[in-house]
Amino acid sequence: MNDLGIYIHVPFCGRKCPYCDFYSVPYCAGTVSAYTDAVLRNIRHYSEPERTVSTLYFGGGTPSLLTPEQLGSIISEVRNSFRLSDSAEITLEANPNTLTPEKLSILRNSGINRLSVGVQSLLDDELKMLGRTHSAERAEKAVRDAAAAGFGNISCDLMIALPGQSPEKLRRSAERLAALPIQHISAYILKAEEGTPFAESEFLKELPDDDLSAELYLETVRIMAENGFEQYEISNFARKDFESRHNCRYWKCQDYLGIGPAAHSCYGGKRFAVPRDIGQFTGQDFQTEEVTDDAPCGFEETAMLRLRLTEGIDLDDFPEHRRSIEKKAPALAEAGYVRFDGRKLSLTPEGFLVSNAVIGQLIF
Amino acid sequence: MANEKIRNFCIIAHIDHGKSTLADRILEKTETVAIRDMEEQLLDNMDIERERGITIKARAVRLKYTAQDGEDYIFNLIDTPGHVDFNYEVSRSLAACEGAILVVDASQGIEAQTLANTYLAIEHDLEVVPVVNKIDLPSADPERVCAEVENVIGIPAMDAPRISAKMGTNIEAVLEKIVTDIPAPKGDPDKPLKALIFDSYYDSYKGVIIYVRVKEGTVRVGDNIRLMATGAVFNVVEAGFMDASSLNNNGSLEAGEVGYIAASIKSIGDTRVGDTVTNDDNPCDEPLPGYRKVNPMVFSGIYPADGAKYGDLRDALEKLQLNDASLSFEPETSIALGFGFRCGFLGLLHMEIIQERLEREYNLDLITTAPSVIYKVTFTNGEVQYIDNPTNYPDPALIQCAEEPMVKASILAPSDYVGNIMELCQDRRGNFKDMKYLDDTRVELHYELPLNEIVYDFFDVLKSRTKGYASFDYEMMGYAPSKLVKLDILLNGDIVDALSFIVHADKAYPRARKIAEKLKDNIPRQLFEVPIQAAIGGKIIARETVKAVRKDVLAKCYGGDITRKKKLLEKQKEGKKRMRQLGTVEVPQEAFMSVLKLDS
Repeated sequence: MNDLGIYIHVPFCGRKCPYCDFYSVPYCAGTVSAYTDAVLRNIRHYSEPERTVSTLYFGGGTPSLLTPEQLGSIISEVRNSFRLSDSAEITLEANPNTLTPEKLSILRNSGINRLSVGVQSLLDDELKMLGRTHSAERAEKAVRDAAAAGFGNISCDLMIALPGQSPEKLRRSAERLAALPIQHISAYILKAEEGTPFAESEFLKELPDDDLSAELYLETVRIMAENGFEQYEISNFARKDFESRHNCRYWKCQDYLGIGPAAHSCYGGKRFAVPRDIGQFTGQDFQTEEVTDDAPCGFEETAMLRLRLTEGIDLDDFPEHRRSIEKKAPALAEAGYVRFDGRKLSLTPEGFLVSNAVIGQLIF
Repeated sequence: MANEKIRNFCIIAHIDHGKSTLADRILEKTETVAIRDMEEQLLDNMDIERERGITIKARAVRLKYTAQDGEDYIFNLIDTPGHVDFNYEVSRSLAACEGAILVVDASQGIEAQTLANTYLAIEHDLEVVPVVNKIDLPSADPERVCAEVENVIGIPAMDAPRISAKMGTNIEAVLEKIVTDIPAPKGDPDKPLKALIFDSYYDSYKGVIIYVRVKEGTVRVGDNIRLMATGAVFNVVEAGFMDASSLNNNGSLEAGEVGYIAASIKSIGDTRVGDTVTNDDNPCDEPLPGYRKVNPMVFSGIYPADGAKYGDLRDALEKLQLNDASLSFEPETSIALGFGFRCGFLGLLHMEIIQERLEREYNLDLITTAPSVIYKVTFTNGEVQYIDNPTNYPDPALIQCAEEPMVKASILAPSDYVGNIMELCQDRRGNFKDMKYLDDTRVELHYELPLNEIVYDFFDVLKSRTKGYASFDYEMMGYAPSKLVKLDILLNGDIVDALSFIVHADKAYPRARKIAEKLKDNIPRQLFEVPIQAAIGGKIIARETVKAVRKDVLAKCYGGDITRKKKLLEKQKEGKKRMRQLGTVEVPQEAFMSVLKLDS
């Protein structure tokens, strides 16, 4: 039996960030309690006592709004219903403002061994523009406190291609972040998602164009490398052996079970999503599975996901498509979009920037 | 039925001047159609005709009318195509009649098309009966229009019936005029059969139905008939007439009559409009005059947007050809567009109609190449070739003389726009012939123009420069020597065959620049920089570059939600289907189409 990753979507936020279009609802202690009960029910529902769970991920929303007790009870339930590996990677996404030294120490003891901190920027004007409630200083302190509390695997989010961002400004923020005691950085290009307040804000017109965005992305890749963070995925950089094991499951078409409203799964031979409805989730015995794909991980999907990783694809895995890819790869390699040694093919940073087009060209 | 009680006539009118509406009123007044069966404009029965307000194919209807003299008359109303592309078909329809009703709009007056068709009718010795329509409009000025008809055409018009076909006003006057003014047909039913084919269509049960006007003799069910131009012989299964909705097998048709013949004819190619039908056992000495094979004038490559639909396109063209012998097509291969067909059309409207029918009735997504005319090339060795596909245009070194087809164009417009029209015609390499005032405000201009200058967008531009007031008509007038060059378009250094075209040397530069710009706007940025070049021979005369794309949407796959990423991938896959892969360059369908509309 393959091992499994479990994702818990915690859809609560103290305050919604103006650029965010993930599913979340305002924090309310009563709802959180009902939510936690529903999560526990669902874990029991999917119970596979023989199956090893090697990663557990609390994403959101703001999962750090759950009390350490609530988080602990969920981890315990996973341990009861599955075989939770001793070396399991257990990640909690956290908002810097919610992290106090005391809470960090309790979290560390509850079994959480990896933190993903929503820093986004270490420049106050950028944080303000993004509607974040923390300051750069507060974020740095939270990260240092986490390290002091014993977290040896900390990831921070960094947003790039912000309105008004120059390569120099990006470097100031990114280098300050890389200097913190952290092992992993996720760097996302800011996108004005339709329907978010940000998409209608005055900042929009200052959003870098595609050419500048591309430059900022490549600058990020350089800064990360200079500071010992190796790129392993389009948006992810890590010190050696600190790649996110959970996220890698997504790119490698390995099973993951998502619990909570808006959670996605690739589990039991299908992909499914849970409706974005907290009331429905807490009101039901078991979550509703809306199947989006009942035959996942075909060639196109597998190649598309794997090519997000710097390790790329091995043509030996796709004998039927080998010839077609071999024909197209050299021109892409010559243009600097891919590396190709006749067997292994992977995208370069320039290739990642146009990954849709490159992947499309390779697999269609 | 004695010949003196028959009236064979057609209606000539400009688009929108009310031909179909008048035809409907006549049908209604003669009770050919029960009122409850009336549907607006019965004679036009193709959707496209209705939408464009034009009549594409001729139809003929037999009507019964009791005149004020108390006698019963048979009217054969022959509907004619109103557009210049079908000029020859119009002339054959006219040849089947003794008279023509000329419908003129009471506020607009005479238009170029009306004039051309009226002259054609007069050439065929038809009695022209003017009728002034739309007298219900506030802007109607029947007196002025009647005077215009007298001045311009030179036929008496002061007693022309003033009618409103729409309101049904004064229709009887028209019917009486038909009886009194249009001569009865002549002809001897006992002579050898001589009948003129003026239209045909394919019926899936009866085979080809031919519409004929019997000039001499009689045709009966069971007769063996011979179609004189093709020599094909058939046995007559039905001979009779059409009322507004059905065929009535009468058993025979006599000299003077108009009707149809069904003879289990499989191919419409055998039944050419203008051909003479005779009796195979007792043939006439010689066919009726005026027959000629209709040759396509405008050619264009038609390709399915989705290469897999090639078979569907062929089937659709074959079906259309069943009813339209003037449509020609043969398979053609383009490096850029794959497998398709080189299609020949009578003219621009004909081309548009065919393309539209293919897309609408057969649900095909098409890519068409720029329309081309037939160029006449004399080689240095004296050989002469006609070239209808720019791809086949020979190396200039081998050409002694190149000629292009010319047309005589007639344009009618309010005199305010004369400047604009002249500018346009000059720009299109026109030779001004003459200009005359029809009255104080309207003017008719004559130009000689190269056909290739009007096949793109001439009429559209003319309309826009005259606020829609100008009308336009043309007729072929043979070939004239010209300084022609072949312009090639190169993408990433490779010639795109489907984009090559022939152009006058003086216009090559501006045209090349415009095409390069259009392509730049319509080819999306892609992974590789795409140089666009226009060249004559090896010489590059225009250049643009589509820069390589720097960044596309980096969809997040947060929390393992890959749905957005997959949607992007699907969209890309769909988009790719609409793209033509030319080497490493992906060219969207729109890019091919955009170069067809350079002025918009």
